[in-house]
Amino acid sequence: MSDFETVAASEDQAARRGPSGEPGTPNRVGQPRKPRSLAGDAWRDLRRKPIFWISLVLVLVVTGMAVAPGLFTGNDPTDCVLSRQHAAPSGGALFGYDFQGCDTYARAVYGARASLLVGALSALLTGVIALVVGMLSGYFGGWVDAVLSRVIDIVLGIPLLLAAIVLLKRVSTDSATVRLGSVIFVLAVLGWTTAARVVRSSVITAREQDYVAAARMLGAGNGRIMWRHILPNALAPAIVVLTIALGSFIAAEATLSFLGIGLREPTISWGIDINNGRVHMRESATPLVVPSTFLALTVLAFIMLGDAIRDAFDPKLR
Amino acid sequence: MFRFIVRRLLQMVVAFFGTTLIVYALMFAGQGDPIQALAGERPVTAAQRAYLTEKYHLDATGVGGFFYRYFDYISNLLRGDLGESLTGRSIGEILAAAWPVTIKLALIAIAVAVVFGVTAGVLAGIRRASIFDNATLLLTLLVLGIPTIVLAPLAQYFLGVKWQLFPATSGADPDFYALLLPGIVLGSLSLATALRLTRTSVAENLRADYVRTARSKGLPRRRVVSVHVLRNSLIPVITFLGVELGNLMSGAIITEGVFNIPGVGFNLFRGIRTEDGPLVVGIVSVLVVVYLVSNLVVDVLYAVLDPRIRYE
Repeated sequence: MSDFETVAASEDQAARRGPSGEPGTPNRVGQPRKPRSLAGDAWRDLRRKPIFWISLVLVLVVTGMAVAPGLFTGNDPTDCVLSRQHAAPSGGALFGYDFQGCDTYARAVYGARASLLVGALSALLTGVIALVVGMLSGYFGGWVDAVLSRVIDIVLGIPLLLAAIVLLKRVSTDSATVRLGSVIFVLAVLGWTTAARVVRSSVITAREQDYVAAARMLGAGNGRIMWRHILPNALAPAIVVLTIALGSFIAAEATLSFLGIGLREPTISWGIDINNGRVHMRESATPLVVPSTFLALTVLAFIMLGDAIRDAFDPKLR
Repeated sequence: MFRFIVRRLLQMVVAFFGTTLIVYALMFAGQGDPIQALAGERPVTAAQRAYLTEKYHLDATGVGGFFYRYFDYISNLLRGDLGESLTGRSIGEILAAAWPVTIKLALIAIAVAVVFGVTAGVLAGIRRASIFDNATLLLTLLVLGIPTIVLAPLAQYFLGVKWQLFPATSGADPDFYALLLPGIVLGSLSLATALRLTRTSVAENLRADYVRTARSKGLPRRRVVSVHVLRNSLIPVITFLGVELGNLMSGAIITEGVFNIPGVGFNLFRGIRTEDGPLVVGIVSVLVVVYLVSNLVVDVLYAVLDPRIRYE
């Protein structure tokens, strides 16, 4: 790998020197040019992709909505007046009003916070579980690997939606914080397996490398080898998987709220609004279409972002 | 091969007990008074209480009692006796009525995925980086990214209510036409994944040494693609579709709910909403078995299809 990069870098240098340069002169020893790393290559690749920029902008906009919804709408999403039921757009309400007389657009903007919170925190928790399990399983191998791999098999054998329904059914409280926490917890507990497998396989690859053997010969303990030498290798693929998982966690949260067992009123969630809009879609479709579009674009943005990064980091696809 | 199947079966048994135990524990452990839950709001007489305690072995308490009841449930499950829902209907009967509908729906979805997904995937894989390839990639990304709770109601609204191309909901005994739109919605996800899998593996195999050999032997391109490349490329696709068939039997809760289709997912969702514990556990256990068996079949198929895979 490193040979390859050096060759590529020096070729690049030769090309850049152009006709006026002196090809064949060795690199000046005092200030060696840094060979491009895998990340540098990936970044060059990413920069030219419109999908990467589009999804990045979408992610930033949605994050902005979650942090400061007041910047995007001046209306209060909880200001609902029944006399405005299904009223046409007016006074800052870009898409009119829904069945309860709430501003459809304002509700969609304020819905970003719950979605992103659930998505980001469950992805974070998933990442922690996956790193620990994948690292132990891949590094130690043997019976540890056998046991943990069976555990992964079993958890993978549980369909996510079914198990989430069964688990969340046990949460009977209406407290918004507790419901939010349990949705995050349930999604993470059920969703860590794919990431753990990814971590496990990159740990197994890294474990066999010469530098790990070198570190061991220098007297490094298991903990140090795992933390300093193997973890950095496992991190990049895990982050890519987690970006995509973040998108699907947002979708899962909306689905659970849609079914009535995830978040509940008065928390504003796209899933709840889609379900409400669906019931009254024959009278007015905008309360269904607007939160649907917001949800679809957000999920898409994260999945596209993860996809683009993965493509850029996969040397086989070059 | 024989040893592989035996080992795989043993693995499946472990996974079966693991998953059913988890589901059972989640549904029943730590619940309040199960007898009162069974009776609902009505008062329970001492005689009834004694009878139910005896019948369901509720007098055994603690962890031992839990496992006692769990094995009771497992042995009933293995005998094919799923018990009764809280409304008194036999769960076996409910499933027998719901299953044909769900299977029909799943088959439509898989057919959509195979016909459009695999064909387009092969084309995209052969013509990598063409306009067609990039267009399909973008389209599949859109489909993969749009959750079912967005896709299903929007499809229902635009195609069913607004333009009236399809029936918006299906009744108690849906025909093929009523299941077509839900089938397409359900199949679109599998379609997108099948397309991407086919595309990647066709593109990878086209660059393989044995394909170059076949070409340099002077075989026509058509034969190289349809025999040499396809045979190896379809292995991951078949795995995926097999697993997906297992998933579709259970994963159709949203689609069946939105389009009002009386299948397994619909019944499961109703069971959850009405707090019908036995119904949920019954359906979920059966679905877990379906999922595990379809995984096993797929693994064995895998070994048959690919001569390079030898499990010993």
